[in-house]
Formats: sequence, C-alpha cells, structure tokens
Amino acid sequence: MGMRVISSTAAKLVAAAGLAAVAAYATVALAGPNDNELVVEGQKFVTDVPGAKDSPIETVYSGWRFRNEATQAMQLDDFDNPGFTSVETGEQLWSTVDGEAGKSCASCHNDAAESMKGVRAQMPKWNEAAGKPLTLEHTINNCRTQNMKAKPWKWESNQMLSMTAFIGLQSRGMPVNVKTDGPMKAWYDKGKEIYYTRVGQLDMACSGCHENNYGKMIRADHLSQGQINGFPTYRSKWQKLGSIHRRFKGCMKNIRAVPHKVGGDEFTALELYVASRGQGLSVETPAVRN
Amino acid sequence: MERVLCAAAACLFAMGLVTQDVSAGPVAPADVKISEDGEIKTSLTGSAGSAVKGREWFKNRKLGNCLACHVNSELKQEQFHGEVGPSLDGVADRWSEAQLRAIVVNSKIIFGEETMMPAFYRDSGFTRPLKKFKGKTILSAEQVEDIVAYLQTLKE
Repeated sequence: MGMRVISSTAAKLVAAAGLAAVAAYATVALAGPNDNELVVEGQKFVTDVPGAKDSPIETVYSGWRFRNEATQAMQLDDFDNPGFTSVETGEQLWSTVDGEAGKSCASCHNDAAESMKGVRAQMPKWNEAAGKPLTLEHTINNCRTQNMKAKPWKWESNQMLSMTAFIGLQSRGMPVNVKTDGPMKAWYDKGKEIYYTRVGQLDMACSGCHENNYGKMIRADHLSQGQINGFPTYRSKWQKLGSIHRRFKGCMKNIRAVPHKVGGDEFTALELYVASRGQGLSVETPAVRN
Repeated sequence: MERVLCAAAACLFAMGLVTQDVSAGPVAPADVKISEDGEIKTSLTGSAGSAVKGREWFKNRKLGNCLACHVNSELKQEQFHGEVGPSLDGVADRWSEAQLRAIVVNSKIIFGEETMMPAFYRDSGFTRPLKKFKGKTILSAEQVEDIVAYLQTLKE
C-alpha cells in the first residue's frame, strides 16, 4: 500500500511538471519495483519482505516486481510459463532408469511432491560427506554418480535444467530458508566478500547495481536486487531456462571480468550469500524474466 | 659495427635530429598528470578532440556506452537512457574541460572510491579482467578527447 502511494504521488509530480523532458522520461522517473501481486492459481507469493536486521536492504524484493507487466503475466499462469516444458521433461526424467544400478530418482525418492518438498528453499545446503555446501545441481549429480552409477549431467544441460526446475517446483511458494551459521559461516563470508569485490575492466561489484541502484534503469534493463528465488529461470534473452551460475557468469562477463567456474566453490559461496539476502521470499521456480 | 651505429645515433642527437621524445604519441594511462585539485589540464593527445566523433563514442555500447547510466536529452532519439548516474544535460555548465577530462579518465579522482563509474583511461589495477581487455583502456586517448569535446557542447 505504501508503494502505491509513492507511485501515484510520483505520477502526479510528473504530470504537474508538464515538461517535455520529464514526460519523455516518465517511465524512468517511475522506475522502481511495481505493486503487482504474484498469484498463480490462487496461490499467493511473497514478493517483498522486510530485510533482516543485519541486511543493508530495507525491503527485499523478488525480481518479478521489477519486470514489466508483459513479462510478469507469463508467470501468472503455468500454461503461459515457458519454463513448464522443462518441468514436464524433468518429471519424466524423475522416473527414468539410468546408470548401472538400474535406478531412477523415483526408485528411492518415490513421489517428488513429498520427498522434494522444501529442498530448493534450503539450497545450497551443508553436506557432511562432501565437507562443503552443495547446490541442487551438485546434489543431483552426487546421487547420479554415487547411487545410480550414472554419468553426471552437465551443469547447463537440458536434463539438469529440467530436473532442477522439476525439483524446484516442489518448493514453489515456500520461503527461501538457507542456513548461514555453523560450518556454513565461512562459505557465507566468502560469498559476501565476492559480492562486494569490484572486478573486471568496468571495476564493478554485485553491490554496485543490485544493492545501491536497484529499481533504476541501466539502459533498457530495470535493475533488480539480483534475487535468485526463481531459478532455474526462463529468460526470454536465453529462450530457455538457465541456472543461477549461468546468470552469475553473464553478469561477470558484462563487466569484463573473468567469471568464476560454474559449479565451483566461489559461485557456490556466492549462491549461498545471495540466497541468504532473499530469505523469506517465496520460491518461484520456474520464474520468468527477460 | 655496433659502435658505429651508436656513434651515428649520438651524432644525430647532437645535431638535434632525434629528440628525447621519440614516441610522440598520446600520454600513457600511468603517466596522466592530475593536478592537486583533481583536474587533467592538458589534452591526452596534445590536440583537441572532435565533438562529432565524441558523440558517436558516447553512445556506442562497446565504447563510452554513456547512455547505459546517464540521461542525455541531446540524444533523445536514442531509446532508453539509464539513470544510475546523473543526467548529463548541461554538464558543461557544471564542470570545466579539465574536470570533465578527469571524470572520463578516472572519475574516482573527483568523485572518490565509491563511485560506480568505470575509469575509461586506465589499463591496470583491475581484478580478474577478461583476457581480451587485460592491460587495455576502455577508450583510446583520442576517444577520450573526442568525448570531452562532445561533453563540452552539452550546455543548458
């Protein structure tokens, strides 16, 4: 409600100013998260939450709130959501036997709606055997190689994206809830350091755009807080689903920096830290962005 | 043989045919002189830039890409102006040529470490620069001067 008041006030100011120059940039002047509500088939999603006590952000917003209405609409109905083609593929893969052990995911995990509920919301999660936090992709491949005796999937393969989308969907609507204490603390700190480190020829850190300037336009792009509660996300730019690490990599290349390795410790730490900045937002997998 | 060449070179020096400044090109990024009050008073190339060319570099997404972050009404036919930085309308009324040059070369000279604006004429000190940009500046000295010339036309 507060936001709505601000927006209409801004609109009046623009209208009152009546200057050609202001009018030309009216869309810019009104930039910020919009007030729309994300409701899919009667299910309400939390797209804003107050930032945690130690958070530099007052209100945490889902990236959905920064998209235009045409893009937003694609996520309002699962029939319009292009990410669901992959979800269906993932559902088929779930019960497809693969590997020397002659097992499918379903052989051990049965109904994903039960067994995978809440999994996405807690990723990356500490894994005692590995001695480090694992992302959803790592966890899936661990299961494939260790339990199914199957080949690991490539990080950005259609199979992996379909499976992370299908598993992620089982947590849709649940609040992001990653652990950052205990053995995770060192990884959280590492991720935080990466988040605030300026890199590349453009000498920018994640925080430059996503903490200090979210809501503003950077050319035709509306800067969000870079939340990752909707991954894997369907991006119209990609014309398919993409992973969190792919998005990180793209951002780093944009600022002319050598990206960290997809699936490596740095991006895993960054994924943990960025996820923690979105604690409480609903999981939106598979989200739609541009 | 070597001795002969050396002698010949010394001779040329003596005759004033070879000056100390053999590579009379643009000043290197590390050699740019910044005054105490944060200005770069002399052209990086030794001559004035072209505002017409500067306008092109300004909007080129692989060069200045200035519209990514700044509104500039003089280019209003170009779609989508960013708003991360301040509007550049009338920027020449607010900053001198020497200040504008410093801001383009390395805005941290004037705005401090916190600014998000990249340094356009700096070739070292970066963390993890992509290989193809390593040891390189975003703009050439000539392009910096062209953009500075263009910015000086932005008056209100």
